Amino acid sequence: MQEIEVTDVSLVYDTPAGQVHAVDHASFELKASEFLCLVGPSGCGKSTLLNILAGFLKPSGGEIKIGGKPVNGQGMDRGVVFQDFAQLFPWRTALGNVTFGLEMKGVPKEEREQIALEQLKLVKLEKFANAYPHHLSGGMQQRVAIARALAYNPSVLLMDEPFAALDALTRDDMQRLLAEVWRETRKTVIYVTHNVAEAVYLADRVVVMSPHPGRVKKEVVIDLPRPRDPLSVAFLEYQKQLLQELGEATAKPSARQ
Amino acid sequence: MQDAASTIAIAGVENSSAHVWRERARLIGRNVFPFIVVGAIWEAIAWAGVFPERLFPRLEEVAWTFVELTLNGILPNHAAQTLLRLFSGFVVAGILGVGIGILMGRSRRAEDLLLPIVSIVAPIPGLAYAPLFLLWFGLGNVPAVMLVGVVACFPVIFNTWTGVKAVKEIWVRSAQSMGADDRRLFRHVILPGALPYILTGLRLGLAQAWRILVALEMLVGVNWGLGWLIFGARELLNTDAMLAGIAVIGIIGIVLEKLVFQKIENYTVVRWGMVTA
Ligand SMILES: Nc1ncnc2c1ncn2[C@@H]1O[C@H](COP(=O)(O)OP(=O)(O)O)[C@@H](O)[C@H]1O
Ligand SMILES: [Mg+2]
Repeated sequence: MQEIEVTDVSLVYDTPAGQVHAVDHASFELKASEFLCLVGPSGCGKSTLLNILAGFLKPSGGEIKIGGKPVNGQGMDRGVVFQDFAQLFPWRTALGNVTFGLEMKGVPKEEREQIALEQLKLVKLEKFANAYPHHLSGGMQQRVAIARALAYNPSVLLMDEPFAALDALTRDDMQRLLAEVWRETRKTVIYVTHNVAEAVYLADRVVVMSPHPGRVKKEVVIDLPRPRDPLSVAFLEYQKQLLQELGEATAKPSARQ
Repeated sequence: MQDAASTIAIAGVENSSAHVWRERARLIGRNVFPFIVVGAIWEAIAWAGVFPERLFPRLEEVAWTFVELTLNGILPNHAAQTLLRLFSGFVVAGILGVGIGILMGRSRRAEDLLLPIVSIVAPIPGLAYAPLFLLWFGLGNVPAVMLVGVVACFPVIFNTWTGVKAVKEIWVRSAQSMGADDRRLFRHVILPGALPYILTGLRLGLAQAWRILVALEMLVGVNWGLGWLIFGARELLNTDAMLAGIAVIGIIGIVLEKLVFQKIENYTVVRWGMVTA
C-alpha cells in the first residue's frame, strides 16, 4: 500500500489580479519510508502543495490520503519544517521547542524531555539543549526545527526548502546530517527544493514541477547507492538530466493566468 | 564547524569581573552626573535669591524635610495610599487592556466593533471625564481606581492589539502542526509572542496611571495621597514638603521601572532575544 497518495490536487488562489492556478491536477504517490523531492522553479506551486499536504490549505480539487486516511487539516501524523529560521519559538530553549509537540500530546515532563534530548542528539545538538534560539546559528536552528518535527514521532516529514537560506558549506553539512537522520528514522519525507544537486543527493525519487499552472512534469528515480558522491559521474548525469527537465519547465511558454 | 558555532554561542556569556565592575561604575557615573548638574544649578539659584527663600528652598532643606516627613510617617502613609490606588487601578487597566487587546487582535468582529470606540476615547485626556466618575461613584477610592483603570488601559489595549497582530504566522502554523488547540495556542504562542508589546503597553499604562492619579488626588478633597500632600502643602507655602512629595513620586517611578519592568524584561523578552537590552 502507498503511504501517501496525492490525487489530482489543484489549488487556485483568488487574487485581485485574477485567479492563480498555483497547483494544477498534481498526482504522485509515496511508499512508506520513501524520500521524495519536489523540484521546480520559483513560483511553480511547491510551497502551496506542501502547505496542502500539511493541512494549512484546503485544495480546490482532488484528494490527499496519508496512511489510507484522507487529509483534513493539520495532524500529528505529519511533522513540518519551514525555510524560515524564525519558525522556532524564541521564548523556549532548544529543548523546550523540541518538547512542544509532546507537551501538546500530554506526555509527562520527564519523559518528553528525555525523548527531546534523544532527538537533539540525533541532530548533534544535545550540548545546546538549554540554549535559546537566538544564541544558535541558522544551521543549528534548522536542526532544532528538524528535531522538533520528529519528536512526537509523525510518520511523515514535510520540509519546505529548510536549508535554502544557509551558506553553501553549512548546507552541505546539513544535507549529510539529514541523510543520516533519515537513514536512522526511516520517515516518509517530502522535501521541497529548487536546488537540483540537493535533490539528487537526498532523494529516492524526484518530482519535477513546471509553473503557471503548477503541474507535475516528470518523475525521475535516483538509482544511486548511499552515501552519495556528488562528484561521481552518475551523480552529475542525474543532475544534468534534472537541469534539462527544469530548463524545459521554465522555458515553456507560460499559459495565461 | 559545529565547534566554531558553539564557541560563538558561549563567548557572549563569559566576561571578566574587572570588566564588569568598570562597566558598572561607568553606568552609575553616567546616571548620577545629570543630577549633580541640575542640583548645582538649583543651589545656585537658591543662593542667588532669585525667588524668596520660602518659595525656593535649598536642597538640604528639602532633604531635611524629606527625612523628617519620612520618619514621622507622613510621607510613607501618603505614598502607601497613593500606591494602593495606583496598583489597584493598574491591575484593572492591565486586565482590561490585555483582555480587550487580545480580543481585538484575534477576532475580526471584535476589532471592527471596538477599534472605532477605542480610537475616539483614547486621545481624550482622562481628567476630562474625571468629574463624571466622581458624580457616578462618589469621592473615595472607588472612582479613583476606576478612573485610573480606564485611563491607563488604552495604551495597554493598543500595544497588546499590535503585539497579537505581530505574532508570526509561522509560529502559529508550527504550533498547530504540533497539535496545539486554540486554548494552548493562546497560552503557549500568542501570549509569549506578543509579550514585548504587552510589556511596552503596561509600561505606558503605568505612566498614564501616575499622571491621572496624582492629578485626581489634587482635584478631589480626599485627604490622603501624594497628590493631596503636594497640593495641600501649597496653601501653607510648604515648598519643601511639596518638593519632598515630588521626589517620592520620582523615586517610586524609578523603582518601578528599574526593579519591576526592567527585571521582568530581562528575565523574559531580553533573555529570549525578542528585544535587545
Ligand atoms: N497566498 C497567496 N495568494 C495568492 N497567490 C499566491 C499565494 N501564495 C502563492 N501564490 C502564487 O502561487 C504560485 C505558487 O506559489 P508557491 O507555492 O509559493 O511556489 P514555490 O514555492 O514553488 O515558489 C505563485 O505564482 C505565487 O505567486
Ligand atoms: Mg516556496
